[in-house]
Amino acid sequence: MDLDPEELFRDDEDDLDNDLYQEREFTKEFVVYLVDASPKMFCPSGKSENEKNETLFHVAVSSILQSLKTQIINRSSDEVAICFFNTREKRNMQNLNGVFVFMVPEREYLDRPTARLIKDFSHFEETFLNEIGSQYGIISGSRENSLYNALWVAQALLRKGSSKNVDKRMLLFTNEDDPFGSIKGTAKADMMRTTLQRAKDARDLGISIELLPLSRTDEEFNISLFYADLIGLEGEDISQFISLAGEKLEDMTTQLRKRMFRKRKVRRITFSIANGLSIELNTYALLRPTLPGAITWLDSVTNLPLKSERSFICADTGALVQEPAKYFHPYKSENILLSMDELSEIKRVSTGHLRLLGFKPLSCLKDYHNLRPSTFVYPSDEEIVGSTCIFIALHTSMLRLRRFAVAFYVASAHPQLVALIAQEEITCSNGQVEPPGMHMIYLPYSDDIRHAEEVHMDVDATTPRATDDQIKMAVALLKRVDLKDFSVCQFANPGLQRHYAILQALALGEDEMPETKDETVPDEEGMSRPAIVNALEEFKVSVYGENHDQEEAETGKSLPTEASKKRKAITETAIQESSRYNWDDLADNGKLKDLTVVELKYYLAAQNLPVTGKKEVLISRILTHMGK
Amino acid sequence: MARNKEAVVLLLDVGPAMHNLLPDVEKLCSMLVQKKLIYNKSDEVGVVLFGTEDTENELMKEVGGYEHIVVLRNIKVVDGDIIESLQKLPRGTVFGDFLDAIVVGMDMLIKKYGPTNKGKQRLCLITNAQYPIKEPYEGTKEDQIDTISAEMKGHRMKLDCIIVRGKTTGVTNQRIIDENDLLLDRFSKKTLAKVVHVESPTSLLGALRTRNISPVTVFRGDLELSPLMKIKVWVYKKTSEEKFPTLKKYSDKAPPTDKFATHELKVDFEYKSLENPNKVVPPEQRIKGYRYGPQVVPISSAEWEAVKFKPEKSVKLLGFTNASNIMRHYYMKDVHVFIPEPGNSKAILAVSAMVRAMKEMNKVAILRCVWRNGQGSVVIGVLTPNVSSLDNIPDSFYFNVLPFAEDVREFQFPSFHNFPPSWRPNERQQEAADNLVRMLDLAPSSKEEALPPEFTPNPVLERFYQFLELKSKQPDANVPPLDGPLKRITELDPEILSQNKSVIADFCKQFELKENPKKKKSSRPLWREKPSASNEGEVVEADVSDIHSAKNSSTTKVEKNGDSTTVRDFVTMLVKNSPAMEVEKIGNSTPVQDFETMIARRDSSEWVNKAIRDMKNLIWDLLENSYQGDTYDKAMECLVALRRGCVLEQEPKEFNQFMHYLYKKCKKTDLISFWELVIFKHITLISKKEAIDSDVDDDEAEAFLVKSEADN
Repeated sequence: MDLDPEELFRDDEDDLDNDLYQEREFTKEFVVYLVDASPKMFCPSGKSENEKNETLFHVAVSSILQSLKTQIINRSSDEVAICFFNTREKRNMQNLNGVFVFMVPEREYLDRPTARLIKDFSHFEETFLNEIGSQYGIISGSRENSLYNALWVAQALLRKGSSKNVDKRMLLFTNEDDPFGSIKGTAKADMMRTTLQRAKDARDLGISIELLPLSRTDEEFNISLFYADLIGLEGEDISQFISLAGEKLEDMTTQLRKRMFRKRKVRRITFSIANGLSIELNTYALLRPTLPGAITWLDSVTNLPLKSERSFICADTGALVQEPAKYFHPYKSENILLSMDELSEIKRVSTGHLRLLGFKPLSCLKDYHNLRPSTFVYPSDEEIVGSTCIFIALHTSMLRLRRFAVAFYVASAHPQLVALIAQEEITCSNGQVEPPGMHMIYLPYSDDIRHAEEVHMDVDATTPRATDDQIKMAVALLKRVDLKDFSVCQFANPGLQRHYAILQALALGEDEMPETKDETVPDEEGMSRPAIVNALEEFKVSVYGENHDQEEAETGKSLPTEASKKRKAITETAIQESSRYNWDDLADNGKLKDLTVVELKYYLAAQNLPVTGKKEVLISRILTHMGK
Repeated sequence: MARNKEAVVLLLDVGPAMHNLLPDVEKLCSMLVQKKLIYNKSDEVGVVLFGTEDTENELMKEVGGYEHIVVLRNIKVVDGDIIESLQKLPRGTVFGDFLDAIVVGMDMLIKKYGPTNKGKQRLCLITNAQYPIKEPYEGTKEDQIDTISAEMKGHRMKLDCIIVRGKTTGVTNQRIIDENDLLLDRFSKKTLAKVVHVESPTSLLGALRTRNISPVTVFRGDLELSPLMKIKVWVYKKTSEEKFPTLKKYSDKAPPTDKFATHELKVDFEYKSLENPNKVVPPEQRIKGYRYGPQVVPISSAEWEAVKFKPEKSVKLLGFTNASNIMRHYYMKDVHVFIPEPGNSKAILAVSAMVRAMKEMNKVAILRCVWRNGQGSVVIGVLTPNVSSLDNIPDSFYFNVLPFAEDVREFQFPSFHNFPPSWRPNERQQEAADNLVRMLDLAPSSKEEALPPEFTPNPVLERFYQFLELKSKQPDANVPPLDGPLKRITELDPEILSQNKSVIADFCKQFELKENPKKKKSSRPLWREKPSASNEGEVVEADVSDIHSAKNSSTTKVEKNGDSTTVRDFVTMLVKNSPAMEVEKIGNSTPVQDFETMIARRDSSEWVNKAIRDMKNLIWDLLENSYQGDTYDKAMECLVALRRGCVLEQEPKEFNQFMHYLYKKCKKTDLISFWELVIFKHITLISKKEAIDSDVDDDEAEAFLVKSEADN
């Protein structure tokens, strides 16, 4: 049962009958990371003294490492190559100067990421300067053009796999906004022209070139000097290009992380507003639980994967049957037959994709109105011009009036009511934190909501409520234990981290199991600070009373729960009853079977053995226990 | 008696004022019974009608009174007949007395079960409670209710009251309505009773939990604020999706005479080794493999157990944070509820204090939870306060799961204010949108909230169970269309639509939508609705034939890239999609690739010659048509490719001749600048060393360039 890793960040809906609506997406992605390794990238960055002496090269390399790790987990069928330019040594198929392609054994230049790749790459930087070396590849007087060569090499790498479903990309990391600045005259114009042409050809071949400019606040990366043309930006796009200049290196790393992955839409949908007015939206899965990958069954002798074969067998006759044509559901002691068509007709409760039903104030959306991770929607004018305009107008009104839209979402296997919440764009120094758009929240139906809090409703007594004083203590506690910079998803999933750390170790044949850090454990040290302990104690005394721990210890001993009392009583009677029989004798003479189940259970209960099962099971259990 | 067997007595008001609602009451009640037939087959149901012309109940016979109440069905195990009778309830003629009906229902339960079956008996009253109940013979109505409540409490009976007041028929008396509401609310204070008010038929269908699921705790234990301070809590699910039932696969193989045939199809999985497809690998010889990139790492369960992540069962507080810090859309899953340990007043107080403090300060708590021992993962989530609105229910928390770092994709989207003005609404348009958002109001202050999740039934499941019932009677029935109340869930309410005609019309007028003219259409007809339903004119119908033809013929001649980015994306997609096919002509857009593909063709020796010939022509065309050198780069690349190809195919003469020809042509015209480029690029003739057939040696090849340079 092989799961497509791709599915992870899709909507977790089985879209059997909606396949038709799914836009064709690239199923694979080929990426070539092109990293500038010129001496300029190695300048120690420490502008302010408290910054570590990290280089921009290091930022680029560690971002790539990070994305490789994510990729091997989430999208391991994608292929990747890492390529440095402005290097002293060279290694590439074209044997071009100044370009070095990173390689590990048992793997082609452009290939799926492997455990070895990640491991070697994580140590690669240490030896880089000695073994591969850094030098400017474009200097006046020479006809070498390392950037041109790099593009050429990358393009050649991406020539592989011309199939229709591969998305090819180059990600270029550099801090040099004017690569031909050192050259003058016609040579410069010429080199620029050829390089741009090279890039244009690559783009024409369907390879997208993305630029990840690295720079400092003091030296702005001027995209219009050269790179705007290289990556094909025009007009307004240039001003929209988000510069990666960051105050701190960490900021830059976060920004790189955000841009490493190609934005993928889940699907394109129409949003019917009223009177046949429909606009076009794209949906994106920004949040989906990442789970440990699917299991592949192997033959334990050969360690080769097994092929699973599914067959349908008639339970009555044992005959092998083809795919079932009909399904049934038992009802009123007969079987009601339903065909596949009827089933999909039942689920087809409405037409279209998403239908507006109306608006409600945000206060109507309760915390428990949730079932699944939300889906993000963003407008598109690709097919219907004017969609974005309507979307922005509604978005603005909903924010202003503090309302959300209720809509019926049909385009899934579970047609469902959804809430559309307008989200304002939030940005901070390291870029966009929350994109502008709407979040689609899947609402439960009445039968999906349970009322567990009513189960233990106490009719007689009104339940105690906290007094103002107690609330005051709680408020004081809340103020003390405040997570000021808490941000959602700041923790790595410790289970998943461990899972993949083990896999990596095993894949590389390492003996020692790696230690992984669990970031989610509470800050015990912080919690034991005197101020917090004080607040906790005060709150405790106010709600539990002075001698709580003592009382608790006593009640723990003297007041067993009802169930345990009952259990105790049963054991006591059993011991009493059990003593009336001569068990050894009964067992030896094979007379146990003459006793009733109740009688047999006396023995079992008295000996603290399980009392479940049929009579024969009970007897054999008794005999085993007696050692007979 | 089955352990979880429940007994329900339905008390249905069929008086004249209820007549327009009865079809929905019939549906609701038959749904309740249908689900019991499937999931709780041993449950028992009785039906009492009040407001009827006739009187037929035991209390009347025994003590007199209790008029206009008919026991339609005594308490019995559910069966198909009861659905039939529930689907055609008689229409009553008098205004019934709901309190009398409650007494009759209670009497039935007591007579049937006596002191047994405590806690599993339920009375379910559906009425509009618009008409006064009779004055009691002694005491007040309130006293009467207290007596009945005490009796119900003694038998641990539950009472569900659904009060339906939509568009009321007839004259209503507000005073009576208020009095009745007070009386019914009195029940919920005195006994296990729950009163809900609904207005629309849609909400009525969702007002009754039709499937009985006894709640199970996810966790019982300490909520640890710190090692010092713990609160005893129980955790339950608050929401959990009711799934579409899993159907069994049908087999018709059993002979028709076999009465005990199950007609089931079993699915069987066999694992076979790849090299020997006939060999089935037994389960004990199988081992689990986990993917890591292209590798599959085999690990046995025991090994895995030894090394895997094993957090300890616990629920611990990490800290508090501002509620605004946790945005609503980060909630990942279904919701849990934390209630203080029942009967533990200390826990109830502690939770209450925290809930109220959090509410007051607008804070939420972040928790780390491991519900069970042996659970392989931890859950990080947010605890939000829930201040109880009922006196006899303790305060509690809701708990929502939050994502981990791995669960998030941080895509960037363009800011709206970066869009060109034409993409942004003007003032007039914004006003129209404001009006729409304001007027299409589902929660007006004067009426009940429309479509609240608490009272909205699942239209798909409703329809499935209706269809099941229908099919049990008519095996060849078609799937019925959605009926009115259910349609309110899937489509804009016609009533709201008609009330806001002008607002909607204005909105539609303000905004103009049109098909994107630049766009060469997507690969799929997105706008086309499913064929079964063309009742609404969608805006654009994409023309797909264009694109398919474009795609097929575009192998070599996608002439020109579009000007805008969106179009370019599309074209690149096309280009990318195409070159898998055989190349028969060198096109202008990807000449080098075409050339290489063609020269590599081996199905005929002609292709090499044709490739070289075509390439030469192309280079010359490019140069001839150049304007201020704009095609030089491309021509240069072609030339380089040609040279490479000629070396590869050992056709040096072809190339060398072309070079001479080129030089001759260039030096006389302003194309000389191209030749300078050739010199700069150091493109020499092909020498003997590179291709044995060449008649120039290394020096000559070099000299050709030098000579030409000197010539100028």
